[in-house]
This record gives sequence, C-alpha cells and structure tokens, in this order.
Amino acid sequence: METISSTIKLIVFKLKEKEYAIKVNEVLSIEKVNHITRVPGTEKFVKGVINLRGIVVPIIDLRSRFDLEEASYNENTRVIIAVMNEIEVGLVVDSANDVIDIPEDALEPSPEVIGAEVADYIQAVAKLDSRLLILIDLDKVLAIEEAS
Amino acid sequence: MEMSQYLEVFIEESKEHLQACNQLLLELEKNPADLQLVNEIFRSAHTLKGMSATMGYEDLANLTHQMENVLDAIRNKKIKVDSHILDVVFLSVDHLEAMIESIASGGDGKMDVTEVVQKLKIIEDGKGLDAVQSAQEDALEQSKDSYSAIDYDDYEMTIIMQSKELGYNTYEVDITLTEDCLLKAARVYMVFEVLEKNGEIVKSSPSTTELEEEQFEQSFSVTVVTNEEKDSLKSALLKISEIENVEIKAFNSPVQETNIKAGASIVDTENQKPIRSEEETVQSIKQPTNKTIRVNIERLDILMNLFEELVIDRGRLVQISQELNNQELQETVEHMSRISADLQNIILNMRMVPVETVFNRFPRMVRQLARDLHKKINLEIIGAETELDRTVIDEIGDPLVHLLRNAIDHGIETPEERRSKGKPEEGTVILKAYHSGNHIFIEISDDGAGINKDQILRKALSKGIITEQEMVGLSQQEIYNLIFSSGFSTADKISDVSGRGVGLDVVRNTIESLGGTVSIDSNEGNGSTFSIVLPLTLSIISAMLVEIQNEKYAIPLSSIIETAIVKREDILHTHSQQVIDFRGKVVPLIFLKDIFEINHTYAENEETLSVVIVRKGDKLAGIVVNSFIGQQEIVLKSLGNYLTNVFAISGATILGDGQVALIIDCNALIK
Repeated sequence: METISSTIKLIVFKLKEKEYAIKVNEVLSIEKVNHITRVPGTEKFVKGVINLRGIVVPIIDLRSRFDLEEASYNENTRVIIAVMNEIEVGLVVDSANDVIDIPEDALEPSPEVIGAEVADYIQAVAKLDSRLLILIDLDKVLAIEEAS
Repeated sequence: MEMSQYLEVFIEESKEHLQACNQLLLELEKNPADLQLVNEIFRSAHTLKGMSATMGYEDLANLTHQMENVLDAIRNKKIKVDSHILDVVFLSVDHLEAMIESIASGGDGKMDVTEVVQKLKIIEDGKGLDAVQSAQEDALEQSKDSYSAIDYDDYEMTIIMQSKELGYNTYEVDITLTEDCLLKAARVYMVFEVLEKNGEIVKSSPSTTELEEEQFEQSFSVTVVTNEEKDSLKSALLKISEIENVEIKAFNSPVQETNIKAGASIVDTENQKPIRSEEETVQSIKQPTNKTIRVNIERLDILMNLFEELVIDRGRLVQISQELNNQELQETVEHMSRISADLQNIILNMRMVPVETVFNRFPRMVRQLARDLHKKINLEIIGAETELDRTVIDEIGDPLVHLLRNAIDHGIETPEERRSKGKPEEGTVILKAYHSGNHIFIEISDDGAGINKDQILRKALSKGIITEQEMVGLSQQEIYNLIFSSGFSTADKISDVSGRGVGLDVVRNTIESLGGTVSIDSNEGNGSTFSIVLPLTLSIISAMLVEIQNEKYAIPLSSIIETAIVKREDILHTHSQQVIDFRGKVVPLIFLKDIFEINHTYAENEETLSVVIVRKGDKLAGIVVNSFIGQQEIVLKSLGNYLTNVFAISGATILGDGQVALIIDCNALIK
C-alpha cells in the first residue's frame, strides 16, 4: 500500500444535484444567505453585496455563473466566502455540507465532458468510490470577461 | 548592534532634516548673504551625518560630510554662495533624499555618490579665488564676533532660547587653570559647583566626562544659564584656587531668531532626543511645553476602523430604540450618540495632517521647473497649516503637482513675453489652501496668459470632444471645463513638463474619486485659477437615505442642495427629457428606477414625486425617489476589489439593520 503522502482538503457543495468542490484554503467561511443588496449595472450572476461582519462582500450566484437554471434560495442555500488574489467574494450554492480529504493523485486534471457549460470553470475532477467531484477553478470563476 | 528599532525614527528624522535643508536652501538662494541660514543648514547636515554614520549608512554619511565641508566653508566666508554652488548642494540633497527613500523602502541606502562628492570637493577647494580677501574678512569677523565656538545641538539651543525668554542670561565661561594645577578634576568640580549654585549648566566643552577624566589641557569652557551678572559670576569663580583666568562672554546665538521662529519644530524634536544628563538640571527652568507623542498611522487606522464599527452599531441602536419606544432607552441612546459624535470629531482630528506635508516639496520642484523652462517664477504658498485627512493628503499630491506644472508650463509666459505685455518679468504662482465649512479649498492661481477660449474650442472640435452644434450654447465655464476632457491638450508645444494631454482629466478623476470637485476660472491675459474643493474626511460622511421601490440608497449630503416634492403635472417634457422648473432654473429629472433598472414591484400612481436636488459644480439635477428616509452619518465602505467601476455607485455603507445600502455617485449621474 502506498502511503498517502499528500492529501488536499476540499469543501464539497452541490449545484443542481451535482457535487462540486473548492479547495479549503480558498475558503474563508460558509454563511447562510442574508439580505443581499442588489448592485445595479453589474453582470447577471452578481447578485449584489452582503454585509459580512462589517465588510461589504459581493455575491456571485454559481448556478447563474455556470449558466445553470437559477433556483430560489431556501433553507439549504449557502454562501461560500472565498478569497483569491485579495478579491473576496461570496459564492451562492445549493448546499454545502461536507469537508473531505482526498489524496492529491485522485485528481484528474483533464476534465471529460461532463456538462459543456461548466467545463470552462473546471480545474480538475476527482473520482472517489462512487462520487464524482468537480473541482472549480476560482480564478476563472472570478475572471471578468472582456466582452462585458 | 540591533539597529532596526531605531530605523523608523532615523528615517523620519532624516526626512525632516532634509526637508529643512531644502527649505533653508531655497531661502538662502534668495538671501545669499544670510549666514544664519547656512548655520542652520549646517546643523541639519551635521545631525544627519551623525545619525547615518551611527546607523552604518556610509554613502549617506560620506555625502553629508562633504556637503558639511562646503557649508562650513560658506559659513566661514571662505566661499561665496552662488547659484552654481547651490545647484550642487541641491543635487546632493536630492541624492540624500533618494538614499533615505531607498532605506525607507527596505533597501541598503547605497548609491554612487562619488560624482557629487567630487563636485563638492571642487567647490570646497575653489576657495582659492578670493581666499585672501575672505581671510581678511575672516579676521575682521572674528574680532567683533561673539559667535560661539561651541556647537550646540537643537536641544541645547532650545534650553538657551527658552531661558532667554524667561529673562535668564546665557554666558560662555572660559576657564583657564594654572599650569601647575594638580587636581584638575577637582577644580573642575568646584567650578561646576559654583556655577550650579548660581544657575544651570547647559553644556561644557570638552564634555563633562572628559573633564572628569582630565582629558583637557589648561582651559575648558562651560555654557551656563543664570540670572547672575557677569562680574559677580566671575569673582565667585576666581575665588577657587589654582584658577588662572576666567573669561565670560555673553552668549550670542547666531541662529537665535530663526530658532525662535522654528520653535515648534525644535520642541518637537526635543522629545525624541536621548535623555541627556543635563536634562534633569535644566528641567526646573524649562517652560511647560506641549507634549506630543508619535503614533504609528496604522494604529490610527485601526482606531478609525473600530470607530466605524461603532458608528454602524450606533445606527442600529438608534433604530432599535425608536422601534421599542422606551423613553429611558431612547435617552441613553441619544446620549451615547452625542458622545460618539464628539469621539468622532476627536478621532477625525487626530488623522488630520497639515497640507504642508504635501506643499513643502513644491518650492523645489517649481525652482527646477522654472530653470528648465527659462522662466522666472515666484511661488507663494498660503495656508500651508490647513489640515486635511491623511487619506486625502496621500492622494492629493500628484494632482497638485500636475496643476502646478500646468500653471508654470502653460500659464506663465517667458520673461520676454511678459516684458512685452508690460508685466513684471517674474511670474507669480499662488498656492493657497483654506478651510470652509466641511470642505477644504485649494487654489492654484497664476498671473500668466490665461486661457484662450477660442483656442480651446478649436482644439475640442478638432479632437472630436464636442460637435459644432454643442459648441454654440456653451457657457464660459463649460468651455474651460473642456480642458479636463480626456484626450485634450492645449499646449501647442508638447513638453516634458506638463503632460501629453493625458494630464488634466486624470487630475479631475483623482479629485472626484476623493469626493471633491475641480473648476477653472480664467481671465485671458491675466492668468487662471484652478480651484479644488475637497471634503474634510473620506471615511464617515453625512448622507440622505432614500428609498426607491424597496431598495435603499444613500446620497452624500455634500452634493445635495435640497429635497422637494413635485407635483406630477409640474413636470415639463422637453424633446428627450423630463425637467422641472426649480426656483427659476430648469432642472432635468433623473429617474433612478430606470437607471438602476429597479423592478417595478408596485405601480406608481402617486400624484407627487419626491425629488432630491443635487449638484455637480453649478449643474443641477433632480433625482426622483420614492421616499426620503432621513439623514444619517454613514461609514463609507468600498465594494471590494471584485466590483470595480460600477456606474453611479461610489461605494456602500452598512445600515442600522445590518443591510448594505449603496452610495450614489451624483457626479456620474450629471453629465
């Protein structure tokens, strides 16, 4: 048996019944949805800003970002506060309820065609037993398209 | 030895000394004969040399040392001050500044200074020319001269100055012991005892320790502050045996007057000087001074942040108490609000910095520019003591540099041109800061050529900034403001000095991003004035909260003129816009629900509209909202790094109920 020398910690969340994951070191906290203040004149997937303990944080709806059909927010809806390159954002997901360690070699960098619309934002996929986790690429999620 | 703990102090003080050098050098240039100035510069350089040698910055010490030599030669009238010499000295100060900058940003402060050192050496050696003459002068000077042979540092000077103000005399007592004196230290002790009985000893030369160790020949001198007369002091001293001679001179400081002027800064540095043994003895006659401490600006920022949290909670408490309608609670909350308003004032004041910190680098720059452009320019600075929030100070430097360069390059004419126009050859640029209400005004005016309207219009047309139709109805102000459009440059000659047309629009953007405005007034032939209006502070502002459908927005009070209720039938329709007649002025209406694409959740069939009249410069607009919520102090928060450049939104704030409200940027709404 090989020893698991390097594992990475992922936070697993769901979007439209599929499981996605984000690296735990990119996540500051997970919050419930509070009042979101709409910011006019921004991209469709930017739902607005929230007050996170005195800091104004913009909110991105991941369903909308991935061009999935939007759903109304409910009990299970969570906001994952993520940070990258000093940019802090909240990602709205259907639910977030799992933190797992996976060996680094379980990650397969070349994404197969899982759902073409999401493909752009995939960093890697991980197969764990029967589960398939899609590791999102936060950098690309946050990138603002030139066209806008 | 671990020096890092002193590094910060070293950098701060070095900067202060260099700034002082700069200012004094400029003055010296105006009054080359003023040796007091040279003395002061010398002292600054001397301190700098000592500090940098201690800290181990050799290049810095080397250069200051050489500069000091030149200054010393000037001071001793071995060389005459001329602009060539000053240029080299200025150059060395520039180098020194660069080195300090490098140290401040974590570098090693090393730099190749050989060239400047060489130049300084040449100047120092160039005394051959009028050496004979100056030697004669020297001798003459020395005989009538009561200048002290002892170097006093700032601290000692302060004591001397202060005692003088209190009516004490300062004497330099030269004491010569007999040649066969055996117990020199004992005699020194006795002399000190006599002197201390009659007054306070400020300084001795050689130092006290050296005297105690008998490290001197026959004579030593002591500076003493006393209310005794010269003669009685002398006779008291002569009573001590083995003393051959006592010479008492009244101390006459060559730098006395300037020192009094500079009193504030000296008192300031006094606090940072290492405590000397003399301090205890002099304490008794020292005037009570304003005690200051240096606080890291970061700590003030933290304080400010904490206070901002408090303001948000205060808003929340006010709201809760209103809902609960409990009188005791309401009274307490009101009281707390008042106290926190006082607290706010104090904290904001602590963050205030005099604009001087920005202004004082301008004289040098103007001097250089004037030389480069072969113009004669006199820069007058008025109101440098006006205070501004540090965040504003940090940002305001570059725009001001730009406007000054603009005034000097494009505004002021060449001396020949000025002469032909019957103006004095020397152009005047006035930089003026003052305080009025909640705003700071900064004006830059020159007595140059002024702005040629036709030229601006032609340029604007050719650059496609305006069309011929638009051109017709423009007021004078509007024409001037065209200068601030991007892609506009009026200078026919593109020079290195002021921009390539990328300048003034950047100036305007910077100032508007600070919540300020900039405008121009000009009188062709007689010069122009650029006026900048800035808010006192950026972090907490007063705002009007309004509701549009079910969204809340904040409008900064600074841009609001008043609020009005307008009847629907009073709205006039022009071809493309709805306007109202507001006190005789036609004011266009801005429907935020359209601009911000707010969902029409409920139909509007109200007879009246609530309108907030806002202004930008002298343009007005009416923002149509659903209702006014009220006026409130709000804390400005940025939208973060992700949402940048949101149209017509300048930031966000957190309301009493914890929700975020966006702050409307009226400047963007009014075109």
